[in-house]
Amino acid sequence: MAGRADTAAARRRWLLLTPALLVLIFAASGPLLIVVVYSFLTPGDYGGIEWMFSTDAWFNVVASRDFFDETVTWNDAHLSIFWRSVKLSLMTTLACFIFGLPTAYFIATRPKGQRDFWMLLIIIPFWTNLLIRTFAVMEIIRNEGVVNTFLINMGVIQEPIQMLFTDFAIMVGMTYVYLPLMVLPIYASLERLDFSLVEASYDLYARRWRVLRRVILPLAKPGMIAGSILVFVPSLGAYVTPRVLGGGKNLMLGNLIELQFGQGRNWPLGAALSITLLAIVMVALLIYVRQAEREGSHG
Amino acid sequence: MAKSRGFDIRHQRGFTPIALLCFVLLYMPIIILVVYSFNAGQSIAIWEGFSLRWYQAAWENEQVQDATIRSLVVAGAASFIATSAAVLAALATTRTPPYRGSTFVFAMINQPLMVPEIVTAVALLIFFAMIKVATGYTGLWYLILAHSAFCIPFAYMPIRARLQGMDLSLEQAGADLYGTPWRVFRKITLPQLWPGVLAGAMLAFVISLDDVVITEFVKSAGQDTLPTYMLGQLRRVITPEVNAISTVLLAISVILVMAFFVLSRSKK
Repeated sequence: MAGRADTAAARRRWLLLTPALLVLIFAASGPLLIVVVYSFLTPGDYGGIEWMFSTDAWFNVVASRDFFDETVTWNDAHLSIFWRSVKLSLMTTLACFIFGLPTAYFIATRPKGQRDFWMLLIIIPFWTNLLIRTFAVMEIIRNEGVVNTFLINMGVIQEPIQMLFTDFAIMVGMTYVYLPLMVLPIYASLERLDFSLVEASYDLYARRWRVLRRVILPLAKPGMIAGSILVFVPSLGAYVTPRVLGGGKNLMLGNLIELQFGQGRNWPLGAALSITLLAIVMVALLIYVRQAEREGSHG
Repeated sequence: MAKSRGFDIRHQRGFTPIALLCFVLLYMPIIILVVYSFNAGQSIAIWEGFSLRWYQAAWENEQVQDATIRSLVVAGAASFIATSAAVLAALATTRTPPYRGSTFVFAMINQPLMVPEIVTAVALLIFFAMIKVATGYTGLWYLILAHSAFCIPFAYMPIRARLQGMDLSLEQAGADLYGTPWRVFRKITLPQLWPGVLAGAMLAFVISLDDVVITEFVKSAGQDTLPTYMLGQLRRVITPEVNAISTVLLAISVILVMAFFVLSRSKK
């Protein structure tokens, strides 16, 4: 009897889940499988694909074969874009951490009634259009922008500093748009911080720096790890920010992928690059889940 | 003793200045963008007096009108579909004992949050290109479906949170009084769930309205939404018209987010 009740409950559950799963399979998960298939096909002459098995796309992700003498070399262009993506994402994560930790700590140490207000100040930019926020950064750092105009008027510099369309611009932009993703989880773990522990350390003659390093940071660690992953993952796959602030010269992985579906006309290569990016992201998420589980089991 | 000398155990040197700097930096670019949308001149850096001319220019620009309507239609339809699906999914996955396939369901619903947007965009480009060739249909439903999918997790989260905090006893009482499941749902569950549903729908709407990457890849020719229209303007000389459009979009987002904040705090 219990068995029958269970099946009825299960049937009801899957019935209720059907609409959501259908939409997700049709417009999210299913197409991902097709990308995997496409990465093993031959590019068509004018974009698209030929239905012919080939591992060239995967080969071309990191290497290239000379057209005439068939010598195999590393694909420097791709490798440098991989390297730039990882480097900029790590730098962005670090910058977000340097700004995000004090900000989260500041909010967590406000009186209870004020915290919501400060949090709202962090959340509002997060929910506003990423493209618009990137535009805003662009307008500030361009040659005729506020920063350069200000520095010239102050007599600090004669010529505007070229900031737009550089790696630096991309990093600044990504830090700006992803900062809330670092603040939110760190705040969540600091909010529960028991300050009697801090008080106890001071009673034991610890200095501020030591209290920060040995008491506060370890307790905020889960939030710090979560924040770092939350910033690193979208940075690695960023497309809009490097396109707007990198000016088409300083490509990141996302732009390299897009190129294969635009001018490059190499869909299988684009598919293989997409799966590569997805794999890197999944590894990062897996590390995070492992870490979170370990933290959890420690209590 | 320590207290009397003003020793604050919560203080960490340099943290407060960095935090305040952070808030300033977070808002300065947005404020400058908004201010220059009211510029009388052509420039987005040199102030030439107050004017609403760029708002008027945007208002009269037919491409902007088209894109606005399209953005609203897509966001409206997508948030409706995503929220409806999310309500059902939340009912199925909340307040139940552990069940087989729960990890699968969790992964499916959160997939749009985990997979980089550019990868989903490429996947949809490929998949929809196949369908376009097979059926010849090039309408707006591709965009609506794509948006519905990535809006589901955003609609799902607040609804699920609301459902988890709800009292089961009222529904049980309703069922004990021979209410049909549908009647119990409509008369008891849904009214209690409503703030969560509304919050979820608003989040989904904002997320859809802001999307650039997936829209850019999925849209057929002539199907610009406001964000993709703005991205296209990058190739030209940027005038404060873009700032004016941005300001309006910002205002919509801020209002919806504040409303969401109020809703999700209500009755807690």
